[in-house]
Amino acid sequence: MRVLMLMVSCIAVLLLSTMAQASSVETYTFTKPEYEVRFHMLNTILRCPKCQNQNIADSNSLISQDLRREVKRLLEEGRSDEQIMEHMMMRYGSFVLYKPKVERITYLLWYGPIGFAIFGLLMLMFVVVRQKRKRQERIKTSSTTDSAMLNDDEQADIDKLLNQ
Amino acid sequence: MKRFLLFLPLVLFIVLGFFLYKGLFLNPQAMPSALEGQPVPEFKLMTVSDSQRVVTKADLKGDVYLLNVWGTWCGGCRVEHPYLLDLAKSDLPIYGINFKDELPAAQQWLKDLKDPYKFTVYDVDGRLALDLGVFGAPETFVVDHNGIIRLRYAGILDSIAWKTTIEPLVRTIKEEARLGKLQ
Repeated sequence: MRVLMLMVSCIAVLLLSTMAQASSVETYTFTKPEYEVRFHMLNTILRCPKCQNQNIADSNSLISQDLRREVKRLLEEGRSDEQIMEHMMMRYGSFVLYKPKVERITYLLWYGPIGFAIFGLLMLMFVVVRQKRKRQERIKTSSTTDSAMLNDDEQADIDKLLNQ
Repeated sequence: MKRFLLFLPLVLFIVLGFFLYKGLFLNPQAMPSALEGQPVPEFKLMTVSDSQRVVTKADLKGDVYLLNVWGTWCGGCRVEHPYLLDLAKSDLPIYGINFKDELPAAQQWLKDLKDPYKFTVYDVDGRLALDLGVFGAPETFVVDHNGIIRLRYAGILDSIAWKTTIEPLVRTIKEEARLGKLQ
């Protein structure tokens, strides 16, 4: 029984390993291990121009294959990450970066959310402060007019009712 | 004034909503090419019809010419082909870039469907196409007399695209070239 279990689990592991192999597209060998790490990092931040919601690591389109090969070639040439991103941007525009650069036209994109958050907080503070001030004013006015207090006749009526 | 301030979030929301709504109807595939206004990249490749002939950027001649990216694997290119044959009859030079293809298949294609190109560059590994920022086929570039890319047209080139976008630009470039020569 135990042998059977072992065999089944061995087969399961084997099946899983072939699945993993099928999902990796092409195999590159790098001259430095550091290049491989940066290769995978760059592939996840570069966007496939054809299949717009995938990065080039996920996509298996022709263009992504080309871009991966280009990234590898540039790495082997000893280019820095910034230079490689610049190289891609020269050809495919800022579209190719998942994280667009901070430029004049992307200011709204980068700082817009922070601006909205600050604006929202300011509005909230404004409303809260105003409400508080209103409530304080109301308390002040009610205490000065004594409208909540009973006059003598009313007090006498209540005493009478309670004593019954 | 205070009243108005309270309505500000609503106004902002409406403005934002308007832009987001408009965004729903934009074509996400329509992207400006990063290469518009840039020179045609350097290359040194052989041609499809003659594997002995090596061509470079200097072989692309004309006051204005089209660079058409195609491949036998691309269905849209087959649709586009007859229109290119029509265009080739006018005096506008068209150069082909055969993109990630097999040489015999490409040669057969030009034999069967006729050849509208002055020559076709055989870009087997897609290096030139990558330098051009090509991400599919068919794609057509309009290049001016200074070798500057003026327009990238992604998709099938047909009579509508020609009349609305390409022909007016070609005419402008021709005029510019004529004026340039006079000076």
